[in-house]
Amino acid sequence: MGMTITEKILAAHAGLDRVEPGELIEVSVDFSLANDITAPIAIERFRQAGAEKLYDVSRIALVPDHFVPNKDIESAAQCQLLREFAVEHELPHYYEVGRMGIEHALLPEQGLVLPGDVVVGADSHTCTYGGLGAFATGVGSTDLAAVMITGRTWFRVPASIKFIFQGNLRPWVTGKDLILYTIGQIGVDGARYRAMEFTGPVIDQLSMDQRLTMANMAIEAGAKNGIIAPDECTRTFVEERAQRSYQFYQSDPDAQYEQVITYNVSEIEPQVALPPSPANSQPVSSLDEIPIDQVVIGSCTNGRIEDLRLAAQLLKSRKVAPRVRCLIIPATQAIYRQAMDEGLFTIFLEAEAAISTPTCGPCLGGYMGILAAGERAVATTNRNFVGRMGHPESEVYLASPAVAAASAVLGRIASPEDLD
Amino acid sequence: MKLAGKAWKFGADIDTDAIIPARYLNTSDPKELAQHCMEDADPEFAQKVSPGDVIVADKNFGCGSSREHAPIALKAAGVSCIIAASFARIFYRNAFNMGLPILESEEAAADVVTGEQLEIDLATGIIVNKSRNLTYKAQPVPPFMQELVAGGGLIPYVMKRLRD
Repeated sequence: MGMTITEKILAAHAGLDRVEPGELIEVSVDFSLANDITAPIAIERFRQAGAEKLYDVSRIALVPDHFVPNKDIESAAQCQLLREFAVEHELPHYYEVGRMGIEHALLPEQGLVLPGDVVVGADSHTCTYGGLGAFATGVGSTDLAAVMITGRTWFRVPASIKFIFQGNLRPWVTGKDLILYTIGQIGVDGARYRAMEFTGPVIDQLSMDQRLTMANMAIEAGAKNGIIAPDECTRTFVEERAQRSYQFYQSDPDAQYEQVITYNVSEIEPQVALPPSPANSQPVSSLDEIPIDQVVIGSCTNGRIEDLRLAAQLLKSRKVAPRVRCLIIPATQAIYRQAMDEGLFTIFLEAEAAISTPTCGPCLGGYMGILAAGERAVATTNRNFVGRMGHPESEVYLASPAVAAASAVLGRIASPEDLD
Repeated sequence: MKLAGKAWKFGADIDTDAIIPARYLNTSDPKELAQHCMEDADPEFAQKVSPGDVIVADKNFGCGSSREHAPIALKAAGVSCIIAASFARIFYRNAFNMGLPILESEEAAADVVTGEQLEIDLATGIIVNKSRNLTYKAQPVPPFMQELVAGGGLIPYVMKRLRD
Protein backbone atom coordinates (compact mmCIF):
# COMPACT_ATOMS: atom_id res chain seq x y z
CA MET A 1 0.00 0.00 0.00
CA GLY A 2 1.23 3.48 -0.84
CA MET A 3 2.05 6.40 1.38
CA THR A 4 1.15 10.09 1.39
CA ILE A 5 3.82 12.76 1.02
CA THR A 6 3.54 13.51 4.74
CA GLU A 7 4.05 9.84 5.65
CA LYS A 8 7.02 9.54 3.28
CA ILE A 9 8.81 12.55 4.73
CA LEU A 10 8.21 11.37 8.30
CA ALA A 11 9.29 7.79 7.50
CA ALA A 12 12.51 9.01 5.89
CA HIS A 13 13.32 11.14 8.94
CA ALA A 14 12.52 8.30 11.34
CA GLY A 15 14.77 5.90 9.43
CA LEU A 16 11.81 3.66 8.62
CA ASP A 17 10.59 2.18 5.36
CA ARG A 18 7.03 3.13 6.10
CA VAL A 19 4.87 4.69 8.79
CA GLU A 20 1.15 4.46 9.51
CA PRO A 21 -1.21 7.11 10.86
CA GLY A 22 -1.33 6.96 14.66
CA GLU A 23 2.19 5.54 14.98
CA LEU A 24 4.50 7.33 17.42
CA ILE A 25 7.89 8.02 15.86
CA GLU A 26 11.05 9.91 16.62
CA VAL A 27 12.38 11.97 13.73
CA SER A 28 15.46 14.00 12.93
CA VAL A 29 14.75 17.69 12.39
CA ASP A 30 16.28 19.51 9.42
CA PHE A 31 15.57 23.02 10.61
CA SER A 32 14.03 24.76 13.61
CA LEU A 33 13.11 28.30 14.52
CA ALA A 34 11.85 30.56 17.26
CA ASN A 35 10.94 34.23 17.59
CA ASP A 36 11.13 36.99 20.18
CA ILE A 37 8.00 35.69 21.97
CA THR A 38 8.84 31.98 22.06
CA ALA A 39 12.66 31.87 22.05
CA PRO A 40 13.09 33.42 25.52
CA ILE A 41 11.24 30.48 27.10
CA ALA A 42 13.08 27.97 24.88
CA ILE A 43 16.43 29.48 25.90
CA GLU A 44 15.41 29.33 29.56
CA ARG A 45 14.51 25.63 29.20
CA PHE A 46 17.75 24.97 27.28
CA ARG A 47 19.74 26.40 30.17
CA GLN A 48 17.52 24.78 32.82
CA ALA A 49 18.24 21.40 31.24
CA GLY A 50 21.94 22.10 31.67
CA ALA A 51 22.65 22.15 27.94
CA GLU A 52 25.70 23.99 26.75
CA LYS A 53 25.69 23.32 23.03
CA LEU A 54 23.14 23.22 20.23
CA TYR A 55 23.07 20.05 18.15
CA ASP A 56 23.87 22.09 15.04
CA VAL A 57 24.07 25.87 15.04
CA SER A 58 23.48 26.04 11.29
CA ARG A 59 20.06 24.41 11.61
CA ILE A 60 18.24 26.95 13.72
CA ALA A 61 17.01 30.45 13.02
CA LEU A 62 16.20 32.98 15.70
CA VAL A 63 14.06 35.73 14.23
CA PRO A 64 12.89 38.63 16.33
CA ASP A 65 9.79 39.63 14.37
CA HIS A 66 6.72 39.83 16.61
CA PHE A 67 7.39 42.94 18.69
CA VAL A 68 10.29 44.46 16.73
CA PRO A 69 11.49 47.13 16.26
CA ASN A 70 11.15 46.83 20.04
CA LYS A 71 7.74 48.11 21.06
CA ASP A 72 8.53 48.63 24.73
CA ILE A 73 11.17 47.99 27.38
CA GLU A 74 10.01 44.43 28.12
CA SER A 75 10.09 43.50 24.42
CA ALA A 76 13.53 45.04 24.13
CA ALA A 77 14.68 42.78 26.97
CA GLN A 78 13.26 39.69 25.25
CA CYS A 79 15.08 40.58 22.02
CA GLN A 80 18.25 41.28 23.95
CA LEU A 81 18.08 37.76 25.35
CA LEU A 82 17.86 36.30 21.81
CA ARG A 83 20.69 38.48 20.57
CA GLU A 84 22.99 37.51 23.43
CA PHE A 85 22.20 33.83 22.98
CA ALA A 86 22.88 34.13 19.24
CA VAL A 87 26.25 35.77 19.93
CA GLU A 88 27.16 33.29 22.67
CA HIS A 89 26.47 30.29 20.40
CA GLU A 90 27.64 31.96 17.17
CA LEU A 91 24.35 31.30 15.42
CA PRO A 92 24.68 32.07 11.71
CA HIS A 93 20.92 32.55 11.27
CA TYR A 94 20.04 35.28 13.69
CA TYR A 95 18.20 38.09 11.89
CA GLU A 96 18.45 41.56 13.32
CA VAL A 97 16.15 44.49 12.52
CA GLY A 98 17.17 45.86 9.13
CA ARG A 99 18.12 42.37 7.93
CA MET A 100 15.09 40.42 9.09
CA GLY A 101 11.61 39.60 8.00
CA ILE A 102 8.57 37.84 9.34
CA GLU A 103 9.97 34.37 10.01
CA HIS A 104 7.65 32.40 7.73
CA ALA A 105 8.29 34.73 4.80
CA LEU A 106 12.01 35.02 5.55
CA LEU A 107 13.03 31.36 5.88
CA PRO A 108 11.68 30.19 2.49
CA GLU A 109 13.06 33.34 0.85
CA GLN A 110 16.53 32.65 2.30
CA GLY A 111 16.46 29.00 1.20
CA LEU A 112 16.76 27.79 4.80
CA VAL A 113 13.68 25.54 4.69
CA LEU A 114 13.37 23.21 1.73
CA PRO A 115 11.23 20.55 0.08
CA GLY A 116 11.29 17.22 1.91
CA ASP A 117 12.44 18.77 5.19
CA VAL A 118 11.06 18.17 8.66
CA VAL A 119 10.84 21.64 10.18
CA VAL A 120 9.64 22.48 13.68
CA GLY A 121 9.16 26.00 14.91
CA ALA A 122 8.04 27.57 18.13
CA ASP A 123 5.29 29.34 16.25
CA SER A 124 2.02 27.85 15.10
CA HIS A 125 2.35 29.21 11.56
CA THR A 126 5.47 27.10 10.98
CA CYS A 127 3.09 24.99 8.86
CA THR A 128 3.64 27.61 6.10
CA TYR A 129 6.61 25.65 4.71
CA GLY A 130 4.27 22.89 3.62
CA GLY A 131 3.82 25.11 0.57
CA LEU A 132 7.33 24.01 -0.42
CA GLY A 133 6.57 20.32 0.05
CA ALA A 134 8.11 20.11 3.53
CA PHE A 135 6.62 18.62 6.69
CA ALA A 136 6.50 21.64 8.98
CA THR A 137 4.65 22.12 12.23
CA GLY A 138 4.45 24.38 15.25
CA VAL A 139 5.50 23.32 18.74
CA GLY A 140 5.85 24.97 22.13
CA SER A 141 9.07 26.43 23.47
CA THR A 142 9.91 23.39 25.61
CA ASP A 143 9.63 20.99 22.69
CA LEU A 144 11.78 23.40 20.71
CA ALA A 145 14.40 23.46 23.47
CA ALA A 146 14.65 19.67 23.23
CA VAL A 147 15.16 19.97 19.45
CA MET A 148 17.86 22.60 19.98
CA ILE A 149 19.71 20.14 22.21
CA THR A 150 19.13 16.84 20.41
CA GLY A 151 18.08 17.68 16.82
CA ARG A 152 15.23 15.25 17.22
CA THR A 153 11.60 15.22 18.29
CA TRP A 154 8.64 12.82 18.48
CA PHE A 155 5.40 12.90 16.54
CA ARG A 156 2.27 10.88 16.16
CA VAL A 157 1.96 10.28 12.42
CA PRO A 158 -1.13 12.22 11.29
CA ALA A 159 -3.82 10.78 9.06
CA SER A 160 -4.16 12.81 5.87
CA ILE A 161 -7.12 14.61 4.38
CA LYS A 162 -6.79 15.19 0.65
CA PHE A 163 -8.33 18.34 -0.79
CA ILE A 164 -8.78 18.44 -4.56
CA PHE A 165 -9.35 21.87 -6.06
CA GLN A 166 -10.90 21.72 -9.53
CA GLY A 167 -12.41 24.23 -11.94
CA ASN A 168 -11.36 27.73 -12.90
CA LEU A 169 -10.55 30.52 -10.49
CA ARG A 170 -12.90 33.47 -10.77
CA PRO A 171 -11.49 37.00 -11.00
CA TRP A 172 -9.81 38.20 -7.78
CA VAL A 173 -9.93 34.76 -6.16
CA THR A 174 -6.56 33.86 -4.60
CA GLY A 175 -5.01 31.13 -2.47
CA LYS A 176 -6.23 33.10 0.57
CA ASP A 177 -9.83 32.77 -0.59
CA LEU A 178 -9.39 29.04 -1.17
CA ILE A 179 -8.03 28.42 2.32
CA LEU A 180 -10.65 30.65 4.00
CA TYR A 181 -13.33 28.80 2.05
CA THR A 182 -11.85 25.42 3.08
CA ILE A 183 -11.71 26.34 6.78
CA GLY A 184 -15.27 27.62 6.48
CA GLN A 185 -16.34 24.24 5.13
CA ILE A 186 -14.57 22.00 7.64
CA GLY A 187 -14.41 24.25 10.74
CA VAL A 188 -11.61 25.32 13.07
CA ASP A 189 -11.10 21.74 14.24
CA GLY A 190 -12.04 20.07 10.96
CA ALA A 191 -8.47 18.88 10.43
CA ARG A 192 -7.43 18.62 14.08
CA TYR A 193 -4.29 16.43 14.36
CA ARG A 194 -4.46 15.77 10.59
CA ALA A 195 -2.31 16.56 7.57
CA MET A 196 -4.11 18.71 4.99
CA GLU A 197 -2.83 17.86 1.54
CA PHE A 198 -3.81 20.41 -1.10
CA THR A 199 -3.96 19.02 -4.63
CA GLY A 200 -5.64 19.39 -7.99
CA PRO A 201 -5.25 21.40 -11.17
CA VAL A 202 -5.95 24.70 -9.40
CA ILE A 203 -3.13 24.12 -6.90
CA ASP A 204 -0.79 23.10 -9.75
CA GLN A 205 -1.34 26.55 -11.26
CA LEU A 206 -0.86 28.50 -8.01
CA SER A 207 2.28 30.58 -7.52
CA MET A 208 4.63 29.80 -4.63
CA ASP A 209 3.47 32.90 -2.74
CA GLN A 210 -0.12 31.65 -2.82
CA ARG A 211 0.85 28.09 -1.92
CA LEU A 212 2.63 29.41 1.15
CA THR A 213 -0.52 31.40 2.05
CA MET A 214 -2.64 28.26 1.89
CA ALA A 215 -0.30 26.07 3.93
CA ASN A 216 0.11 28.94 6.42
CA MET A 217 -3.52 28.70 7.51
CA ALA A 218 -3.72 24.89 7.88
CA ILE A 219 -3.34 25.45 11.65
CA GLU A 220 -6.56 27.48 11.55
CA ALA A 221 -8.38 24.21 10.80
CA GLY A 222 -6.47 22.53 13.64
CA ALA A 223 -4.13 20.66 11.30
CA LYS A 224 -0.70 19.39 12.26
CA ASN A 225 0.58 20.34 8.83
CA GLY A 226 -0.57 21.55 5.44
CA ILE A 227 1.31 20.33 2.40
CA ILE A 228 1.51 20.78 -1.35
CA ALA A 229 3.53 18.35 -3.47
CA PRO A 230 6.60 20.00 -5.00
CA ASP A 231 6.70 20.54 -8.78
CA GLU A 232 8.42 22.75 -11.37
CA CYS A 233 7.08 25.87 -9.65
CA THR A 234 8.74 24.65 -6.44
CA ARG A 235 11.97 23.85 -8.26
CA THR A 236 12.15 27.30 -9.81
CA PHE A 237 11.59 28.87 -6.40
CA VAL A 238 14.12 26.82 -4.43
CA GLU A 239 16.97 26.14 -6.85
CA GLU A 240 18.33 29.67 -6.73
CA ARG A 241 17.99 29.91 -2.94
CA ALA A 242 18.67 26.49 -1.41
CA GLN A 243 21.51 26.47 1.09
CA ARG A 244 21.42 22.66 1.39
CA SER A 245 20.34 19.73 -0.75
CA TYR A 246 16.65 18.90 -0.80
CA GLN A 247 14.33 16.16 -1.89
CA PHE A 248 10.99 16.07 -3.68
CA TYR A 249 8.42 13.63 -2.29
CA GLN A 250 5.07 12.80 -3.91
CA SER A 251 2.07 10.90 -2.59
CA ASP A 252 1.63 7.45 -4.12
CA PRO A 253 -1.47 6.94 -6.28
CA ASP A 254 -2.67 4.30 -3.80
CA ALA A 255 -1.91 6.33 -0.67
CA GLN A 256 -4.56 6.11 2.07
CA TYR A 257 -6.56 9.17 3.01
CA GLU A 258 -8.93 9.49 5.91
CA GLN A 259 -11.08 11.70 3.72
CA VAL A 260 -10.99 13.10 0.19
CA ILE A 261 -12.78 16.41 -0.33
CA THR A 262 -13.27 17.98 -3.76
CA TYR A 263 -14.12 21.64 -4.31
CA ASN A 264 -15.14 23.23 -7.58
CA VAL A 265 -13.46 26.62 -7.35
CA SER A 266 -15.58 27.99 -10.20
CA GLU A 267 -18.23 28.46 -7.51
CA ILE A 268 -15.95 30.21 -5.03
CA GLU A 269 -16.08 34.01 -4.70
CA PRO A 270 -13.58 36.17 -2.83
CA GLN A 271 -14.07 35.28 0.84
CA VAL A 272 -14.24 37.23 4.09
CA ALA A 273 -13.99 35.49 7.48
CA LEU A 274 -16.14 37.32 10.01
CA PRO A 275 -15.02 37.65 13.63
CA PRO A 276 -14.34 35.82 15.85
CA SER A 277 -13.44 32.70 13.85
CA PRO A 278 -11.44 31.98 10.70
CA ALA A 279 -14.19 29.45 9.92
CA ASN A 280 -16.83 32.19 9.57
CA SER A 281 -16.00 32.67 5.90
CA GLN A 282 -18.63 34.16 3.61
CA PRO A 283 -18.63 35.29 -0.02
CA VAL A 284 -17.85 39.01 0.02
CA SER A 285 -20.93 39.79 -2.08
CA SER A 286 -23.22 38.30 0.57
CA LEU A 287 -22.21 40.84 3.20
CA ASP A 288 -24.22 43.93 4.10
CA GLU A 289 -22.48 47.27 4.13
CA ILE A 290 -19.89 46.97 6.93
CA PRO A 291 -17.95 50.21 7.54
CA ILE A 292 -14.31 49.82 8.59
CA ASP A 293 -11.64 51.84 10.41
CA GLN A 294 -8.43 50.08 9.41
CA VAL A 295 -6.92 47.85 6.78
CA VAL A 296 -3.78 45.76 7.34
CA ILE A 297 -2.02 44.25 4.34
CA GLY A 298 0.90 42.08 5.45
CA SER A 299 1.79 39.21 7.84
CA CYS A 300 3.23 35.72 7.32
CA THR A 301 0.01 34.93 5.49
CA ASN A 302 -0.09 37.72 2.90
CA GLY A 303 2.92 40.02 3.11
CA ARG A 304 4.80 38.67 0.08
CA ILE A 305 5.58 40.52 -3.15
CA GLU A 306 2.64 39.10 -5.06
CA ASP A 307 0.29 40.24 -2.28
CA LEU A 308 1.71 43.76 -2.45
CA ARG A 309 1.43 43.82 -6.24
CA LEU A 310 -2.22 42.79 -5.99
CA ALA A 311 -2.93 45.54 -3.46
CA ALA A 312 -1.08 48.06 -5.64
CA GLN A 313 -3.07 47.06 -8.70
CA LEU A 314 -6.25 48.13 -6.90
CA LEU A 315 -4.85 51.14 -5.04
CA LYS A 316 -3.27 52.64 -8.17
CA SER A 317 -4.73 56.09 -8.93
CA ARG A 318 -7.15 55.70 -6.02
CA LYS A 319 -7.18 56.97 -2.45
CA VAL A 320 -7.79 55.23 0.84
CA ALA A 321 -11.22 56.34 2.15
CA PRO A 322 -10.97 59.47 4.32
CA ARG A 323 -11.55 57.91 7.73
CA VAL A 324 -9.66 54.67 7.11
CA ARG A 325 -6.05 53.89 8.06
CA CYS A 326 -4.42 51.56 5.56
CA LEU A 327 -1.22 49.88 6.81
CA ILE A 328 1.01 48.01 4.40
CA ILE A 329 3.71 45.81 5.88
CA PRO A 330 6.11 44.07 3.47
CA ALA A 331 7.06 40.81 5.16
CA THR A 332 10.84 40.94 4.66
CA GLN A 333 13.56 43.45 3.86
CA ALA A 334 13.98 41.88 0.41
CA ILE A 335 10.26 42.17 -0.32
CA TYR A 336 10.36 45.76 0.96
CA ARG A 337 13.16 46.62 -1.45
CA GLN A 338 11.53 44.82 -4.35
CA ALA A 339 8.23 46.62 -3.76
CA MET A 340 10.10 49.91 -3.70
CA ASP A 341 12.06 49.08 -6.87
CA GLU A 342 8.86 48.11 -8.67
CA GLY A 343 7.28 51.46 -7.83
CA LEU A 344 4.64 49.99 -5.52
CA PHE A 345 5.56 52.38 -2.71
CA THR A 346 4.73 55.37 -4.91
CA ILE A 347 1.29 53.88 -5.53
CA PHE A 348 0.77 53.20 -1.82
CA LEU A 349 1.95 56.64 -0.78
CA GLU A 350 -0.19 58.38 -3.38
CA ALA A 351 -3.15 56.34 -2.13
CA GLU A 352 -2.29 57.69 1.36
CA ALA A 353 -1.45 54.31 2.86
CA ALA A 354 1.24 53.94 5.55
CA ILE A 355 4.17 51.61 4.85
CA SER A 356 5.88 49.84 7.76
CA THR A 357 9.14 48.02 8.27
CA PRO A 358 8.60 44.22 8.47
CA THR A 359 6.90 43.13 11.71
CA CYS A 360 4.12 40.82 12.90
CA GLY A 361 2.98 43.87 14.92
CA PRO A 362 -0.78 44.32 14.48
CA CYS A 363 -1.59 40.74 13.44
CA LEU A 364 -1.46 39.58 17.05
CA GLY A 365 -2.36 42.91 18.63
CA GLY A 366 1.24 43.62 19.52
CA TYR A 367 1.61 47.16 18.25
CA MET A 368 1.75 49.19 15.02
CA GLY A 369 -1.99 49.36 14.39
CA ILE A 370 -3.93 48.42 17.53
CA LEU A 371 -7.71 48.77 17.43
CA ALA A 372 -9.81 50.70 19.97
CA ALA A 373 -13.08 49.37 21.37
CA GLY A 374 -15.69 49.22 18.63
CA GLU A 375 -13.18 49.57 15.79
CA ARG A 376 -13.19 47.24 12.84
CA ALA A 377 -10.36 46.11 10.56
CA VAL A 378 -10.06 44.16 7.35
CA ALA A 379 -6.77 42.28 7.52
CA THR A 380 -4.88 39.89 5.28
CA THR A 381 -3.69 38.15 8.45
CA ASN A 382 -4.70 34.72 9.76
CA ARG A 383 -6.71 35.08 12.97
CA ASN A 384 -9.76 37.11 13.91
CA PHE A 385 -10.22 35.87 17.48
CA VAL A 386 -11.67 38.17 20.16
CA GLY A 387 -9.10 40.88 20.95
CA ARG A 388 -6.65 39.62 18.36
CA MET A 389 -5.77 43.09 17.03
CA GLY A 390 -6.43 45.11 20.15
CA HIS A 391 -9.43 45.80 22.37
CA PRO A 392 -11.62 42.75 23.05
CA GLU A 393 -14.53 44.72 21.57
CA SER A 394 -12.74 45.43 18.29
CA GLU A 395 -13.28 43.24 15.24
CA VAL A 396 -11.04 41.67 12.58
CA TYR A 397 -12.33 40.50 9.19
CA LEU A 398 -9.92 38.24 7.33
CA ALA A 399 -9.56 38.57 3.56
CA SER A 400 -7.17 38.56 0.61
CA PRO A 401 -5.02 41.57 -0.31
CA ALA A 402 -7.47 42.30 -3.15
CA VAL A 403 -10.51 42.50 -0.87
CA ALA A 404 -8.46 44.41 1.72
CA ALA A 405 -7.32 47.01 -0.83
CA ALA A 406 -10.82 47.45 -2.28
CA SER A 407 -12.18 47.81 1.27
CA ALA A 408 -9.55 50.45 2.07
CA VAL A 409 -10.68 52.54 -0.90
CA LEU A 410 -14.41 52.21 -0.26
CA GLY A 411 -14.24 52.45 3.54
CA ARG A 412 -16.36 49.35 3.90
CA ILE A 413 -15.87 45.63 3.29
CA ALA A 414 -15.88 45.46 -0.48
CA SER A 415 -15.13 43.28 -3.45
CA PRO A 416 -12.61 44.50 -6.01
CA GLU A 417 -15.54 44.39 -8.41
CA ASP A 418 -17.23 47.15 -6.43
CA LEU A 419 -14.50 49.60 -7.53
CA ASP A 420 -15.43 51.56 -10.64
CA MET B 1 -2.54 11.37 41.39
CA LYS B 2 -5.78 12.98 42.62
CA LEU B 3 -7.01 16.52 42.19
CA ALA B 4 -10.00 18.41 43.54
CA GLY B 5 -11.46 21.81 42.86
CA LYS B 6 -14.30 23.96 41.67
CA ALA B 7 -15.29 23.88 38.00
CA TRP B 8 -15.24 26.85 35.65
CA LYS B 9 -17.14 26.11 32.46
CA PHE B 10 -16.17 27.54 29.07
CA GLY B 11 -17.48 26.95 25.54
CA ALA B 12 -15.92 25.56 22.37
CA ASP B 13 -12.79 26.71 20.52
CA ILE B 14 -11.26 28.66 23.42
CA ASP B 15 -8.17 30.02 21.63
CA THR B 16 -4.79 30.86 23.08
CA ASP B 17 -5.46 34.59 22.56
CA ALA B 18 -8.39 34.21 24.95
CA ILE B 19 -6.25 32.22 27.41
CA ILE B 20 -3.45 34.81 27.37
CA PRO B 21 -3.81 37.78 25.00
CA ALA B 22 -0.71 38.61 22.94
CA ARG B 23 -0.67 42.12 24.41
CA TYR B 24 0.83 40.54 27.53
CA LEU B 25 3.45 38.44 25.76
CA ASN B 26 6.24 40.93 26.34
CA THR B 27 7.00 38.81 29.39
CA SER B 28 7.10 35.12 30.24
CA ASP B 29 6.91 35.68 34.01
CA PRO B 30 4.27 33.19 35.27
CA LYS B 31 2.94 35.57 37.98
CA GLU B 32 2.34 38.38 35.51
CA LEU B 33 0.79 36.08 32.93
CA ALA B 34 -1.51 34.60 35.61
CA GLN B 35 -3.05 38.03 36.24
CA HIS B 36 -4.41 38.07 32.67
CA CYS B 37 -5.34 34.40 32.39
CA MET B 38 -8.56 33.85 30.35
CA GLU B 39 -9.01 37.64 30.26
CA ASP B 40 -10.70 37.86 26.86
CA ALA B 41 -13.08 34.98 27.66
CA ASP B 42 -13.92 36.13 31.21
CA PRO B 43 -12.24 39.38 32.36
CA GLU B 44 -12.69 38.51 36.06
CA PHE B 45 -11.42 34.94 35.87
CA ALA B 46 -7.96 35.67 37.31
CA GLN B 47 -9.58 37.30 40.38
CA LYS B 48 -12.20 34.58 40.85
CA VAL B 49 -10.13 31.43 40.38
CA SER B 50 -8.83 29.59 43.46
CA PRO B 51 -5.88 27.20 43.66
CA GLY B 52 -6.94 23.71 42.55
CA ASP B 53 -9.86 24.86 40.40
CA VAL B 54 -10.60 23.03 37.19
CA ILE B 55 -11.49 24.41 33.76
CA VAL B 56 -14.10 22.43 31.87
CA ALA B 57 -14.61 23.32 28.22
CA ASP B 58 -16.18 22.10 25.02
CA LYS B 59 -14.24 20.99 21.93
CA ASN B 60 -10.88 22.25 20.62
CA PHE B 61 -9.61 23.98 23.78
CA GLY B 62 -6.34 25.86 23.20
CA CYS B 63 -6.60 26.34 19.45
CA GLY B 64 -4.48 28.98 17.75
CA SER B 65 -0.95 29.93 18.61
CA SER B 66 1.87 27.76 19.95
CA ARG B 67 2.50 30.09 22.90
CA GLU B 68 3.56 28.10 25.93
CA HIS B 69 2.50 31.18 27.88
CA ALA B 70 -1.04 29.72 27.75
CA PRO B 71 -0.48 26.65 29.96
CA ILE B 72 2.03 28.69 32.03
CA ALA B 73 -0.65 31.31 32.75
CA LEU B 74 -3.29 28.70 33.60
CA LYS B 75 -0.99 26.81 35.92
CA ALA B 76 0.28 29.95 37.64
CA ALA B 77 -3.33 31.11 38.12
CA GLY B 78 -3.89 27.95 40.17
CA VAL B 79 -5.77 25.84 37.62
CA SER B 80 -5.00 22.21 38.53
CA CYS B 81 -6.48 20.47 35.51
CA ILE B 82 -8.37 21.11 32.30
CA ILE B 83 -11.12 18.84 31.09
CA ALA B 84 -12.41 19.36 27.57
CA ALA B 85 -14.30 17.48 24.89
CA SER B 86 -11.11 17.80 22.82
CA PHE B 87 -7.87 19.80 22.70
CA ALA B 88 -5.92 21.51 19.94
CA ARG B 89 -2.71 19.57 19.33
CA ILE B 90 -0.01 22.13 20.15
CA PHE B 91 -1.78 23.06 23.39
CA TYR B 92 -2.06 19.38 24.34
CA ARG B 93 1.70 18.90 24.08
CA ASN B 94 2.49 22.20 25.77
CA ALA B 95 0.20 21.49 28.72
CA PHE B 96 1.91 18.21 29.61
CA ASN B 97 5.32 19.74 28.94
CA MET B 98 4.43 22.39 31.56
CA GLY B 99 3.15 19.77 34.00
CA LEU B 100 -0.48 20.84 33.61
CA PRO B 101 -2.65 17.71 33.37
CA ILE B 102 -5.51 17.70 30.86
CA LEU B 103 -8.24 15.15 30.24
CA GLU B 104 -10.56 14.54 27.33
CA SER B 105 -14.14 13.79 28.35
CA GLU B 106 -17.11 14.65 26.17
CA GLU B 107 -19.41 13.55 28.99
CA ALA B 108 -17.96 15.93 31.56
CA ALA B 109 -17.71 18.74 29.01
CA ALA B 110 -21.40 18.41 28.20
CA ASP B 111 -22.62 18.12 31.78
CA VAL B 112 -20.51 20.08 34.27
CA VAL B 113 -21.54 23.64 35.13
CA THR B 114 -19.57 26.41 36.79
CA GLY B 115 -19.34 26.11 40.56
CA GLU B 116 -19.62 22.34 40.84
CA GLN B 117 -17.01 20.51 42.91
CA LEU B 118 -14.96 17.97 40.96
CA GLU B 119 -12.60 15.21 42.06
CA ILE B 120 -10.26 13.82 39.45
CA ASP B 121 -8.14 10.71 39.53
CA LEU B 122 -5.56 10.98 36.76
CA ALA B 123 -4.54 7.33 37.12
CA THR B 124 -8.03 6.00 36.38
CA GLY B 125 -9.43 8.91 34.37
CA ILE B 126 -12.46 8.99 36.69
CA ILE B 127 -14.00 12.43 37.25
CA VAL B 128 -16.47 12.68 40.13
CA ASN B 129 -18.94 15.54 40.23
CA LYS B 130 -19.37 15.85 44.02
CA SER B 131 -22.09 18.46 43.68
CA ARG B 132 -24.44 16.08 41.91
CA ASN B 133 -22.85 12.73 42.75
CA LEU B 134 -22.14 11.87 39.13
CA THR B 135 -19.19 10.14 37.53
CA TYR B 136 -17.63 10.76 34.14
CA LYS B 137 -14.96 8.76 32.37
CA ALA B 138 -11.85 10.06 30.63
CA GLN B 139 -8.78 8.30 29.24
CA PRO B 140 -6.43 7.61 32.16
CA VAL B 141 -3.14 9.54 32.19
CA PRO B 142 -0.37 6.94 31.76
CA PRO B 143 2.11 6.55 34.65
CA PHE B 144 5.04 8.29 32.92
CA MET B 145 2.86 11.31 32.17
CA GLN B 146 1.61 11.41 35.77
CA GLU B 147 5.24 11.44 36.82
CA LEU B 148 5.90 14.23 34.35
CA VAL B 149 3.00 16.23 35.84
CA ALA B 150 4.15 15.53 39.40
CA GLY B 151 7.67 16.63 38.54
CA GLY B 152 6.48 19.96 37.14
CA GLY B 153 6.89 19.36 33.43
CA LEU B 154 9.11 17.86 30.77
CA ILE B 155 12.42 19.57 31.57
CA PRO B 156 12.42 18.74 35.31
CA TYR B 157 11.25 15.22 34.40
CA VAL B 158 14.10 14.72 31.92
CA MET B 159 16.63 16.14 34.38
CA LYS B 160 15.40 13.81 37.12
CA ARG B 161 15.66 10.87 34.72
CA LEU B 162 19.21 11.86 33.85
CA ARG B 163 20.13 12.12 37.55
CA ASP B 164 18.53 8.76 38.42
